Amino acid sequence: MESSGLFSLVPLIVFLPVAGLLTNIIFGGRMNEKAIGAIASAASGFAFVVAALLGFALWTGNGEAIVIPFADWIHIGDLNVAWNFRVDTLSVLMMLVVSGVGTLIHIYAIGYMHEDVRFKNDIGRYRRFFVFLNLFIAMMMILVSGDSYLMLFVGWEGVGLCSFLLIGFWYDMDTLGRPSFANSNAARKAFITNRIGDFGFLIAGFAMFWAFKDLSFGGVFTQAEHIASVAPGVILFITLFLLVGVAGKSAQLPLYVWLPDAMAGPTPVSALIHAATMVTAGVYLVARSAPLYTLVPQAQTTVALVGGITALFAATIAVGQYDIKKVLAYSTISQLGFMVAAVGMGAFVAGMFHLVTHAFFKALLFLSAGSVILGLERGHHHLPHHAEHGSSSSEEVFDPGDMRNMGGLRKQMPVTFWVYLIGALALAGIFPLAGFWSKDEILADAFHKFPTVYWLLTVAAFLTAFYMGRQVWMVFFGKPRHAAASHAEESPKIITIPLMILAALAILGGSLNLPGVHSLTLWLEHTIAGVEAGEFNFLVAGLSTGLALTAIALSWLLYGRKPLVEGQKDPLKKLLGPLFTVFERKYWVDEAYWAVFVNRYVDISRFLADVIDGRFWHDFIHEKVIAGTYNWLSRTVLDLRVDQQFIDAIANGLGELTKRISSGLRRLQNGFVRSYALAVLAGVVVILGYLILK
Amino acid sequence: MAQTIPLSWYLAISALLFAMGALGVLIRRNPLIIFMSVELMLNSANLAFVAFARSFGVLTGQIFVFFVMTVSAAEVAVGLALIIIIFRNKHSIDVDLMNSLKG
Repeated sequence: MESSGLFSLVPLIVFLPVAGLLTNIIFGGRMNEKAIGAIASAASGFAFVVAALLGFALWTGNGEAIVIPFADWIHIGDLNVAWNFRVDTLSVLMMLVVSGVGTLIHIYAIGYMHEDVRFKNDIGRYRRFFVFLNLFIAMMMILVSGDSYLMLFVGWEGVGLCSFLLIGFWYDMDTLGRPSFANSNAARKAFITNRIGDFGFLIAGFAMFWAFKDLSFGGVFTQAEHIASVAPGVILFITLFLLVGVAGKSAQLPLYVWLPDAMAGPTPVSALIHAATMVTAGVYLVARSAPLYTLVPQAQTTVALVGGITALFAATIAVGQYDIKKVLAYSTISQLGFMVAAVGMGAFVAGMFHLVTHAFFKALLFLSAGSVILGLERGHHHLPHHAEHGSSSSEEVFDPGDMRNMGGLRKQMPVTFWVYLIGALALAGIFPLAGFWSKDEILADAFHKFPTVYWLLTVAAFLTAFYMGRQVWMVFFGKPRHAAASHAEESPKIITIPLMILAALAILGGSLNLPGVHSLTLWLEHTIAGVEAGEFNFLVAGLSTGLALTAIALSWLLYGRKPLVEGQKDPLKKLLGPLFTVFERKYWVDEAYWAVFVNRYVDISRFLADVIDGRFWHDFIHEKVIAGTYNWLSRTVLDLRVDQQFIDAIANGLGELTKRISSGLRRLQNGFVRSYALAVLAGVVVILGYLILK
Repeated sequence: MAQTIPLSWYLAISALLFAMGALGVLIRRNPLIIFMSVELMLNSANLAFVAFARSFGVLTGQIFVFFVMTVSAAEVAVGLALIIIIFRNKHSIDVDLMNSLKG
């Protein structure tokens, strides 16, 4: 059995990245940048090869899930948790996406991290970056390959940690390289917000153990139907708390706030973790838990609504952003909303399909945006330092990510322009690019199953095409609005080649699940029971394509026909008025969270610190009760009474007694030698008298 | 025929001499007199020795007397030297002036 031999390779998908990061940790100090990057990329690339072999083995086999036992982990009472690997069509699909896109991003990062203005030839940081990236791949692999909710949670936490480490990678500066806590604050925001989601996941896990006495997928799913018939509330409870975890990790309402701030991380991180892979873990979780979700329609409705509302909500914010990466960040939240809505409706294949195509084109967009930022930084670098235009202070705060500083970049950066355009069109859902097929499948499923969500998603799709059009016009067309943009230069090949590969994937990704062929549906139906191939709905497809084209045309009217000039206000502001400000300020959600949660939390902390800890615990308990008692005991009782009045009295009394005795005795030694002689005589007389008379 | 004088008489004389010597040592302040008194005490002991030796018919006591006389001669030599030193310091030989070593 050749295929079963291939399945036993599965631990390698975790341990190859681990080997890569260990190599870089141990030997990286003596290597140059190229070698460090090559080792990390190779580790990820070999993981991709292993994932491909696993896929091949599944394809040649019957496609059934295979569990490979690896190690025992926990044995407590009824709880037996082993670290088993699960190889099925769903996990292999995730492995392929993670390692495939991950490898391309590793290669891109070799060039990007070198070019980053914040790099400053600090080889230690360079090495650390690739160690973190490899660690992320390993953790993501644990997440997708684990055979139990607990192993999934281990990977879930691991990728959260890597996300934290990489968002705050330049922890001592802000995105422009100035000394600041901005990046580390963004990292903490992501970490803390994810903790809230993880709390939900944990509650769901506890409930699962309580109800099923098992955490492995097989054990939970086989009992699920029975439990659902006995106590449907339990399944509802579990699935809704899993949704909290999904909302945290996949940046859904109301926990999405960390993702836009996560753009503080280096751009390859934004592409890998915060667009292509980690944030889709929530979608994977729902798809994996399909046997649970299909049992409780209320949970499905909730998930679908959360996804749909998030998709629309984030899309409106993306319209009003100026930062090239912030637009993409809100776009990611919106697209994750599409996926979550899809898996919530039970359109698991459509959701996973969109996950894959989104990984291609959103990674492409982020990496291209990174290339644009690098191009602007290079242009800015070539400027004479005390140029006439703009005072030196405005030079200091030049933001290479601000789209208002760009314009006309298609001439300076042709490769980046073309791949960006492909990514944008794929995201907007233009035929025949990848996004068209996947988004359309979601919309078609929603049209049948959940009209409310269908309309939410359709409007979101319209806005998606609009903000991508706005971005492309603003960045690549018109005239440069800043001297740096007019001096921008194309990025080197190590950056552009991964972009071209991703662009090819963004074009061809739709072929994974073409209508009528349904290769992905056939692939996933081995794992997710009861999936059916979606009908290709010409009405839905026509409407969404028409809307997308309308949106692009609208964006051309506003931004393309008469390009922005330096200092001009956004033309949408005139059109929408205060509504645009609402979008631009992100509905003041961050401010509201500060006012409602963070400040209240700070108030409680302050109360605990000042009143409970400071005044009560420190001032009263420690100072008064403990220290006061101790002082009284030592000073008044032990010192004054015992030591001074008792022990000292003994010592002084002994001295006084000796003095008195000796002052009596000293009279005997009077210096008259004859009196000594008399004493000797008297002594002799006494002794002799005693001896004689006794 | 001369009656032999009994031993107790000699011893009485010896004790009397010893008491006189001791008394002299204790009450006189002139070191020369004190020395003479000391000699008196030593010789009272000598008298007792020879009396016992004669009475018991052994020579041990007689021999002891020679030792005592030798020692007393040496003692006088040392004592006179001390008296000279004292005189050089105090311009007097009154032993009560030598009382500065006291408590």
